[in-house]
Amino acid sequence: MEFDPVLLARLQFAFTIIFHIIFPSFTIGLSAYIATLGVLWLRSGEERFQLLMRFWVKIFAVSFAMGVVSGIVLSYQFGTNWSRFSVATGNVLGPLLGYEVLTAFFLEATFLGILLFGFDKVPRWLYVLSAAVVAIGTMISAFWILAANSWMQTPAGHEWKDGIAYPLDWLRIIFNPSFPYRFAHMLNAAYLTTAFVVIAVGARFLIGERNIAEGRTMLRMGIGLAAVLAPLQLVIGDQHGLNTLKHQPIKVAAMEAHWEGSKPADFHIFAWPDEKAGTNRYELSIPKGASLILMHKMNGLFPGLLSVAAKDRPPVATVFFAFRIMLAVGFFMIAAALLGAFFWWRGSLFDTRWYLRVMAHTWWIGFVAVIAGWVVTESGRQPWIVYGVMRTADATSPVPGATIAGTLALFILAYGVVFSFGIYYMNWLIAKGPDLGPDAVKSGSEPGGVSPIASTKDAGQGIV
Amino acid sequence: MEWYLPLIWAGVIGTAVAMYVIMDGFDLGIGILFPFARSETERDQMMRSIAPFWDGNETWLVLGGAGLFVAFPRAYAVIMPAFYLPVIVMLLALVFRGIAFEFRTVSHSKSGWSWAFVAGSTLAAFAQGVILGGMIQGIKVENGAYAGGPYDWATPFGLLCGLAMIAGYGLLGATWLVMKTEGAIAVRARGQSKACLIAVLVFMAAVSLWTPLAEPRIAERWFSLPNFYYLWPVPAVTALVAFGCWYWIEKERDAPPFLAAIALFMLGFLGLVISNFPYLVPPSLTVWDTAAAPSSQIFMLVGTLLLLPFVLGYIVLVYWLFRGKVREGESYH
Repeated sequence: MEFDPVLLARLQFAFTIIFHIIFPSFTIGLSAYIATLGVLWLRSGEERFQLLMRFWVKIFAVSFAMGVVSGIVLSYQFGTNWSRFSVATGNVLGPLLGYEVLTAFFLEATFLGILLFGFDKVPRWLYVLSAAVVAIGTMISAFWILAANSWMQTPAGHEWKDGIAYPLDWLRIIFNPSFPYRFAHMLNAAYLTTAFVVIAVGARFLIGERNIAEGRTMLRMGIGLAAVLAPLQLVIGDQHGLNTLKHQPIKVAAMEAHWEGSKPADFHIFAWPDEKAGTNRYELSIPKGASLILMHKMNGLFPGLLSVAAKDRPPVATVFFAFRIMLAVGFFMIAAALLGAFFWWRGSLFDTRWYLRVMAHTWWIGFVAVIAGWVVTESGRQPWIVYGVMRTADATSPVPGATIAGTLALFILAYGVVFSFGIYYMNWLIAKGPDLGPDAVKSGSEPGGVSPIASTKDAGQGIV
Repeated sequence: MEWYLPLIWAGVIGTAVAMYVIMDGFDLGIGILFPFARSETERDQMMRSIAPFWDGNETWLVLGGAGLFVAFPRAYAVIMPAFYLPVIVMLLALVFRGIAFEFRTVSHSKSGWSWAFVAGSTLAAFAQGVILGGMIQGIKVENGAYAGGPYDWATPFGLLCGLAMIAGYGLLGATWLVMKTEGAIAVRARGQSKACLIAVLVFMAAVSLWTPLAEPRIAERWFSLPNFYYLWPVPAVTALVAFGCWYWIEKERDAPPFLAAIALFMLGFLGLVISNFPYLVPPSLTVWDTAAAPSSQIFMLVGTLLLLPFVLGYIVLVYWLFRGKVREGESYH
């Protein structure tokens, strides 16, 4: 069997980065939530804020650890899998990543130590300050990495000489045309994702009739935030789309499965893009809908996929369907958040059982939207690794396909184990709840009861 | 400028690598020594002594990798594919040991994750040694790209360096425990420190003999005149520090053995730099061959000089906040 190194390198990177992005999307939002709880605790002195804060810190610790270790992998994969890309773009992208390490990673990692272990050792204000610093660190990290990613989408502020990028203007490199939109969109997505996790946990507590006060607090805070951020995300997304149309029109054409630029574009609720024939099958469309959204007029024209050669088109079906998934989740979030706000206003939020039940099960929904969104923007950039300049196929390392296939299998295996246990433990921490009294610890301290490794519980005597 | 900058950057990255080796070295060493603890309660205490620091320690690895990418992209693009398998194995090993910190506390079946911690720490140390050994032996480069096979790193010398790294991190870990814990662990750690110290000295001697014999350029660097007149103090001081380390362990001192272990590592590192400078990818690419554009190096250097003092400042703060010994029975969260 012949292994295609380019395809395998892409698969491996797609797998490791999708796995990674799950955790930052949660920890960016959660650290901000924890810091908010900390400030509320300092100002009001109310115990429930402190309980909630420390409850979420435990979950944060598990999630953050997974984010850190999967992130370290990525920082080395640029070299292991994409060495020719590293040579070509190192002058420009290298410093952005370097600044991420210096301004964000050390900050997060160091103050996390205080947040996890310092509660009894440091004064309250320093504890809460550490939470805030971690939250700011995650934001700074997002800033740099999204600047780097956006430069790959809309490169600016550099010149190419002999296939290598040389920086001309750092401000233009960092604040490249798509960066502000992508940064706002992703940051908002992270907060929104976390808001839905917090809502779900709050709803779960209320349904289970335990930790009622904390559950209500979480539900109110989550819905209050989501009711603002979910509609806001629609506005930011719209602006981001217009920006993409300006700089990467073929990506937008793939998002809408829009083939012929000479006609106004329909919005396809469903379609099956036929990439060979260059058309769609089984279309269910709103006539001229996409033109209205993107050009803000019914008969607006924008380039179709057929305007470029087939080898310059992204994988249409992937981009098209991922975009639809993101949209569907986005509209669900707006509806759910506004409905929740409506019940809150009516005073029936905590008693509308069906609503709580639905919300308790939708903790994962933001993650789906985040991953789908990233698939849209990254697959939509193909076949380019640096848009319009360097092809992905020209960016790989001189490593045989079989080697990449072997390590891909290792990654899938290892991350599969890590992810399963991680989710399991986080779920257990949530089930245990924020009550840290002696009774709760006693009744909740048996995660091993259903754990596959429970049988080794007492085998703690020397593992060699 | 074009001549100085790569030298300054080589210094910055050398510092990052040294910081990483020392700081993650002692916490990887804890994992290497984990099997010798008598109970999970003891392991709790050992882990507690590094828990607030490990994440920050590992960040130096990211700085080293990112720093290489920033300042010497052409070296980064050769070294990573050359050591593709050991690098990926190291990363996966670090994944398991990193999550073991959290999973082990949450899970009530601790021993499973203790195993992950042991395996991850040991394998990561071994892979790092293999990579180091491969670097010393040289990387096959054609037209600025890696031109060897996927298993070029798998040599007897590479495996020797892998084992040496395990012993070395074991020494850092054991002396750290001497300094940071109380009770049975600290007592046992004294014995472990001595065993690791002997192993480290044997490995250092083996590498010091092997490299000049196998690589004429390294023999020439050390034994040609007048180089020898300047360089002989390096092994002499190494011997002195090793003696000091042993002496302080015997005297049951707390911090000096750890500090001596660090000094031993720094001397070994210095020896390697002397052997290989100015090659970043021995034996063909120098720091100047692989340097990034000067404007990129300057842009990042300014940031490094401004930010690194703050970074070091709050790292010191955290080590100070969690100063003192971890008592028996003290556990994670």
